Amino acid sequence: MGRYVARRLLQMIPVFIGSTLLIFCMMYALPGDPVKALWGEQSSDPAQIAALKHHLGLDQPLWWQYWHYLTGLFHGDFGTQIASQRPVADVIAQAFPVTIRLTLFAFVFTVVAGILLGLAAGLRAEKALDRLVLVFTLLLISIPSFVLGFLFQYVFAFQLGWVTPTVQDSESFSQLMLPAVVLAALSLAYVTRLTRTSVAENLRADYIRTAVAKGLPRRRVVGVHLLRNSLIPVVTFLGTDIGSLMAGAVVTEGIFNVPGIGNAVFQALTRREGSTVVGIVTLIVLVYLAASLLVDLLYAVLDPRIRYA
Amino acid sequence: MTLLEVRDLHVDFHTRDGVVKAVNGVSYSVEPGETLAVLGESGSGKSVTAQAVMGILDMPPGRIPKGEILFHGRDLLTMSAEERRKIRGARMAMIFQDALSALNPVLTVGYQLGEMFRVHQGASRKEAKAKAVELMERVRIPAARARVGDFPHQFSGGMRQRIMIAMALALEPDLIIADEPTTALDVTVQAQVMELLADLQREFNMGLILITHDLGVVADVADKIAVMYAGRIVETAGVKELYRSPAHPYTKGLLDSIPRLDQKGKELYAIQGLPPNMAKVPGGCAFHPRCPAARDVCRTELPPLAAVGDGRGSACHFWKETLGE
Repeated sequence: MGRYVARRLLQMIPVFIGSTLLIFCMMYALPGDPVKALWGEQSSDPAQIAALKHHLGLDQPLWWQYWHYLTGLFHGDFGTQIASQRPVADVIAQAFPVTIRLTLFAFVFTVVAGILLGLAAGLRAEKALDRLVLVFTLLLISIPSFVLGFLFQYVFAFQLGWVTPTVQDSESFSQLMLPAVVLAALSLAYVTRLTRTSVAENLRADYIRTAVAKGLPRRRVVGVHLLRNSLIPVVTFLGTDIGSLMAGAVVTEGIFNVPGIGNAVFQALTRREGSTVVGIVTLIVLVYLAASLLVDLLYAVLDPRIRYA
Repeated sequence: MTLLEVRDLHVDFHTRDGVVKAVNGVSYSVEPGETLAVLGESGSGKSVTAQAVMGILDMPPGRIPKGEILFHGRDLLTMSAEERRKIRGARMAMIFQDALSALNPVLTVGYQLGEMFRVHQGASRKEAKAKAVELMERVRIPAARARVGDFPHQFSGGMRQRIMIAMALALEPDLIIADEPTTALDVTVQAQVMELLADLQREFNMGLILITHDLGVVADVADKIAVMYAGRIVETAGVKELYRSPAHPYTKGLLDSIPRLDQKGKELYAIQGLPPNMAKVPGGCAFHPRCPAARDVCRTELPPLAAVGDGRGSACHFWKETLGE
């Protein structure tokens, strides 16, 4: 167990280097120039631009820039934003908690609503409720999140006036509710379907028949015997889902103007701020890796037949 | 009073391809301390009958259009679901064929055994665990105290089946239904498990319904036998009478297909043909396409289960000839 965790943690090192390098190269390959962008449409002095570029190290070859960035990271230096002159670490520290809050909110919603819906559908497989849930989840899967976001904004903010269309106060749960539901929609659909299939399948298992033959009340048959077994694949999915929720936040935060890392990374991308994008994306990658490790460990708790070596 | 009496039980399954009549008027009874063996090929309706008695049939698609199941004189089929649930596991229990799939893989055996006491007797977790250890000792599982927290996959096949038996015995039920309890086990382990079951049955004076297709097992432990074919009982008799002189060609065929040492080197007898598709059971006597003694009347007329003397019955038009041979 301890050795397994150690090995998994060591595996994160190459993934970390690989992902940062990849994003670094992509940023380098993108057209546009962060320094020129400072002047916008105005004419500028080429000498001044060259001097600033030299100062920022942008005139150096790619490998040098990457090496400089990596060594900086080990000193806790995430680099500095060119336009605002703010350290990237500050930008992340300010935006990250907002996204964490939004993601957790969406995650809890996904888990609770997804499992309940999936359980309800799976217990009545092939019946009316099951079909309804099937159509509903199909709808959620096929509507892009920005369409759903604007739709929700239109209905709940402009027509019904229940909420503000954008998030004014990122600490307020009631304001985060709408973006969280939009963010959760896709995962909710997947969790619902996964739970439904798993429940319907396990319902036919021999051990469920045994549980009924033991004279257990239905509540116990479903709640203890069925659910424990049915949730194993769902938990696996949820682990990887935390990462995709954070990535999905880029779009959702844009629609609802949430000042999280999604918004920050989007702004940085439009300004070609390499260090900000790499910093944030790397952070998301790390969260993703940590979440999947956690889930793999949880897997052994849920299913005792799994052993780590 | 008779412990269990099944009267004219019918079970249908409503499937996409139409109605499958799995059980067509089965009647049998079990007294306390008695062992009834229900014999038949797969698809003969022997397991479905047992599931109907336990109340664990999937309904739908299953349906019981007709019949009575009297347990201590009360009809189980007219009881409320809650009343039946309280009887299940406590007064009548079932042992399944494949203990590995019949036990929940993610719960410890101690939990699954203890659950019986917690649900039916309101025992605390601690009491339940102590009783689980006691049960495991009773079915002779070595180091029960140390193994109570183990999961089903950590036990051998024989030990797992003992755990199934322990679970069925937990609340000392009046009736145990064992659905092919030894089919999935090695031959040496089979004997041990059957012996254990027989010992415990004697100790608690339980009725036992043993569903099997293993004629060897039946001869050792059963008091009486019901032979099923295509959802009906075709012959019923005491063990000795049945083995000595079968009154139905199907039973005779089954007995003749047991390998015997004195027949070494000769070709082994086999009943020709295959068991019928239950969606298309042949008219008349369902066994006629495979019966060596079939005549015209067998194709058109369904033979009733006729009394063949001293508590015996045979559903063959020509039982006299079969007996006399």
